Amino acid sequence: MKLLDMIRMGLGSLIAHRLRSSLSALGIAVGIAAVILLTSIGEGINRFVIAEFSQFGTNIITVHPGKTQTRGASIGIFASDRPLTIDDSVALRRVASVLYSVPAVQGTAEVNAEGRSRRVTVYGVGPDFPDAFSINVASGSFLPHDDPEQARTFVALGSKVRDEIFGSSNPLGDRVEIGGSRYRVIGVMESKGQILGVDLDDTVYIPAGRALELFNRDGLMEINVVYRPGANPDTVVDGIHKTMMTRHGREDFTITPQQEMMDVLSSVLEVLTFAVGALGSISLLVGGVGILTIMTISVTERTSEIGLLRALGAKRGQILSLFLGEAILLSSIGGVLGLSLGVGLAQLLTITVPALPVNTPWLFAVLAETVAVAIGLAAGVVPATRAAGLDPVEALRAE
Amino acid sequence: MISLAGIDRSFQVGDQTVDALADVNLDIGAGEYLSIMGPSGSGKSTLLNIVGLLDRPTGGVYKLDNRDVTRLTDEEQARVRREKIGFVFQAFHLVPRLTALENVSVPMMLSGIAISERRQRAAKSLEDYGLGDRMDHRPSQLSGGQRQRVAMARATIMHPPVLLADEPTGNLDRASGREVVGLLERLNASGVTLIVVTHDPELGRRARRQLHMVDGRINADNVLQK
Repeated sequence: MKLLDMIRMGLGSLIAHRLRSSLSALGIAVGIAAVILLTSIGEGINRFVIAEFSQFGTNIITVHPGKTQTRGASIGIFASDRPLTIDDSVALRRVASVLYSVPAVQGTAEVNAEGRSRRVTVYGVGPDFPDAFSINVASGSFLPHDDPEQARTFVALGSKVRDEIFGSSNPLGDRVEIGGSRYRVIGVMESKGQILGVDLDDTVYIPAGRALELFNRDGLMEINVVYRPGANPDTVVDGIHKTMMTRHGREDFTITPQQEMMDVLSSVLEVLTFAVGALGSISLLVGGVGILTIMTISVTERTSEIGLLRALGAKRGQILSLFLGEAILLSSIGGVLGLSLGVGLAQLLTITVPALPVNTPWLFAVLAETVAVAIGLAAGVVPATRAAGLDPVEALRAE
Repeated sequence: MISLAGIDRSFQVGDQTVDALADVNLDIGAGEYLSIMGPSGSGKSTLLNIVGLLDRPTGGVYKLDNRDVTRLTDEEQARVRREKIGFVFQAFHLVPRLTALENVSVPMMLSGIAISERRQRAAKSLEDYGLGDRMDHRPSQLSGGQRQRVAMARATIMHPPVLLADEPTGNLDRASGREVVGLLERLNASGVTLIVVTHDPELGRRARRQLHMVDGRINADNVLQK
């Protein structure tokens, strides 16, 4: 018996019972649609979060002071970590493949100008900051390449600070007081909005050396090293490690490549997507039970037909594959229906709720369809085996 | 051609064993026309089912064309049924959702014959049975006589040497019945071995060889002399 004939026979009997065939296919369709929709949302959120985190570039390596791992016993006073210095940052700039090295100190301070005052986040950074993090200057210029130890008291304002304090007037050249010291405004940054609740525009940028004085700190909070895209991150990490070891004499720092953090984040989000997909599969399972029910009824109803087919010379195997094929056909029709339903709903969601990131991963779509076929197979086994096992004489007698 | 030796068939009903057939010995030659008559429960349908390889005897040997078919596997028996035996049932047993043409094609489909050849052969067969204009009708759109003729076209489409008919006229009016019997006898005249099981003495008496069964045994085997 040919495959095409089996498909034709299966379709024929499904069409003969249109209503109940479509109802049980609908069960699978709802399941597949749920899986597609949930994974689409999961994947969309995944991409959204990754994009948020990688908007400053992914080829960033961060050096923090202190070593998180503990090795051996403390060696007394010499064990205290040396702080990260601006000189360290300058030295790291010379490591092979490194484009920028940006020292960073962060804190909050009061900014006074024009008779107004506002508490804002103060970033002490180096002159390469805008290039390193792709944040552009809207007007004026960013901090100049001064001697890092004796940097002039210039400040670049975040767009919100500028709006709040200066309104619509041009702040360039004006003086502002930050934490009691006077700074001259030389630039205003472009608006970057918020990232995970942190307002990047409610900030001011001053030279790192000045920020150390302002916050009364010995060392930097971190150094962000940006390397050339395409360079091997491991080589760069090795170079940074070697330079730091030469300067500090021992490992009192931690190197974190951003790519590594992204990979961890991404794998966490993938597990999340998989988990919501698994939730959706529960409804798929219910759909499978529906197919099992319909196939069981179908075998009972068609007992005399099975007897006839046996009398006409059908082997048990042929009866088995006939009913199995019908179950698979039913569930894969449901699968295709669910696929279009799910993708359609996901598209609709994209249009109606643009804020919710939705993305249909095609791997999940293929996987869902495979699962639909597998469910049909599993649901068909019991009824089909029963059909194949019927005694032909008994089956012919049934009416 | 058909040789039954010491065939027994017993059923377990509750805790009682019922002998449907007891020590049946029967030889049927190629091209014979045989009727099996007897009261209900005499075992005539069981005998027909065993000859048709739908049922297995509990004892004895059944040889078809000098081949012992009692010990064949299920698969092999299915093959023998497909190639050597045609069935005509009282209740026609047509698949309701298939057209007349498709119903006739089912045995060819089961043996994997290509669809174009199937259509051609089925159409020709239906024309032979006078149903050339009913090919695309479903069973529900056909009269009883027409249905039985579709069933006969299906039974003979593989050219089996043996045709088994179980009460072929039981569900038909007299005119259609006579027509169907005429067609069966025409097949017999062309060399097909015809075995008819019936209650109807008028139909039974038409056969050249007449068996009477009582309580699972053959108690009369008359051959008409012409």
